[in-house]
Amino acid sequence: MSVTEMFTYIQGFLSADQDVREDIRKVVQILEQTAREMLTVLQSVHQPSGFKEIPSKCAKARELFCTVRTQIADLKTKFPVEQYYRFHEHWRFVLQRLAFLAAFVVYLESESLVTREEVAQILGIEVVREKGFHLDVEDYLAGVLIMASELSRLAVNSVTAGDYNRPLRISNFINELDSGFRLLNLKNDPLRKRYDGLKYDVKKIEEVVYDLSIRGLAKESESGADK
Amino acid sequence: MKRREGEGCPQKNSADTAQDRELSASPSSPVIAAFKVFQQELDTKHDKYERLVKISRDITIESKRTIFLLHRVTSVPDAEDVLNEADVKLDGVRQKIGQIAEELRGEDIHQFHRAFTPGIQEYVEAVSFLHYIRHRSLVSLEEINVRLVFVRTEKADAKDSAEALPLGAQVLTFQVTPSDYLLGVADLTGELMRMCISSVGNGDIDTPFQLSQFLRQIHDGFSYIGNTGPYEVSKKLHTLRQSLGKVEDACYTLRVRGSEIPKHMLADVFSSRTTLIDPEEGVV
Repeated sequence: MSVTEMFTYIQGFLSADQDVREDIRKVVQILEQTAREMLTVLQSVHQPSGFKEIPSKCAKARELFCTVRTQIADLKTKFPVEQYYRFHEHWRFVLQRLAFLAAFVVYLESESLVTREEVAQILGIEVVREKGFHLDVEDYLAGVLIMASELSRLAVNSVTAGDYNRPLRISNFINELDSGFRLLNLKNDPLRKRYDGLKYDVKKIEEVVYDLSIRGLAKESESGADK
Repeated sequence: MKRREGEGCPQKNSADTAQDRELSASPSSPVIAAFKVFQQELDTKHDKYERLVKISRDITIESKRTIFLLHRVTSVPDAEDVLNEADVKLDGVRQKIGQIAEELRGEDIHQFHRAFTPGIQEYVEAVSFLHYIRHRSLVSLEEINVRLVFVRTEKADAKDSAEALPLGAQVLTFQVTPSDYLLGVADLTGELMRMCISSVGNGDIDTPFQLSQFLRQIHDGFSYIGNTGPYEVSKKLHTLRQSLGKVEDACYTLRVRGSEIPKHMLADVFSSRTTLIDPEEGVV
């Protein structure tokens, strides 16, 4: 094979690769749009009026997840499934966002941590790599960490809205999350950087809880927690 | 009442740490149980990654040594010996690539690609250098991949019979990706430039012209790819231009000076040139 032939072959490979990436980018852009819409819907729980409407907001977000499922199904068709990690960078960010949104919705509904299986189910994807388009464990954890900072914000705003019990529940939840993350041996990677921010969220929520308890505002739940 | 609440915070904190301890002690909490699973999964992945990095580093070192060995070809009377020795060394490298293939069995090759790409590029460089010295042509991606097929008979046999698989021996393949190939070839040009200069130093007048021809072809190939390739390619293109410039300069000098200086003195002209060129040369 001559040099020219070889380079022509490689060029063909590279341009095919670029076409695939172009397709993926287009779908991911649409996916990002939906994720932003959903975020806007959920952001409104921070409004004083939003606290009463949490169930309806969650229902609306759940509806949007249907759109997400079809869009992800579309994304799946754009590349061979065994090459997931070759193009992973393209959807990593949006998948983390979606994991966060799913976790946030589940928290608002049931005040529990969403499992990786649940997130995968909500997004219409798999958990194990062998079965196809899946949710990488690091992306799931990153999504959970985004939720933690959102919850610290929620704790502050729920006090403003007059809901004094929620911060205590959030505090318990975040503490559990924190001790969970402490079990992990993270490398010096993006996930680790994000995890480093968790302690500030914990601190913020503890401050809120402190403010509440020092003023006797968290009376009922405090006595409830003690006994 | 007030006192009790004043203590609320420290109380709360101690309650939290107690809760923490309790949580990490008892796997009954679903969150902790889940994170224990994640811990294992992440550790397994990181361990595999580290092992691959280590293998890749070994491959890099061995390939570099092979390249140094091949540079001796120009100054040794019987080149065939050196080439055979290089072949043996590369066989060792291939064994290591076999280890990579084994680690990657059942995995997504792209997930760990970053761990071993430097080694593979270096291997491509060594193999293509050897191939050029032997055949004066560019080794193709296919020719490289064909040699990266590994058959595991020992141990796999027992496992196979245990798992009742029809195959007696297991065949593992490793595919060099086109971009790794491309980057390896880009590195090759640096070696060719060195070879050109040193061969002139040995009074070899033909090799530089062949090399400049070959380098020009590769350069044209890279210009054809241009910026459609990965980002690193455009970076290497710059160094490639420099190498080509040096080789072309050498050929130019050979032509001009060759007509006026007696052959045995040409070597002196170039040995003073090499000292000028070598320090600039950053690519190995």
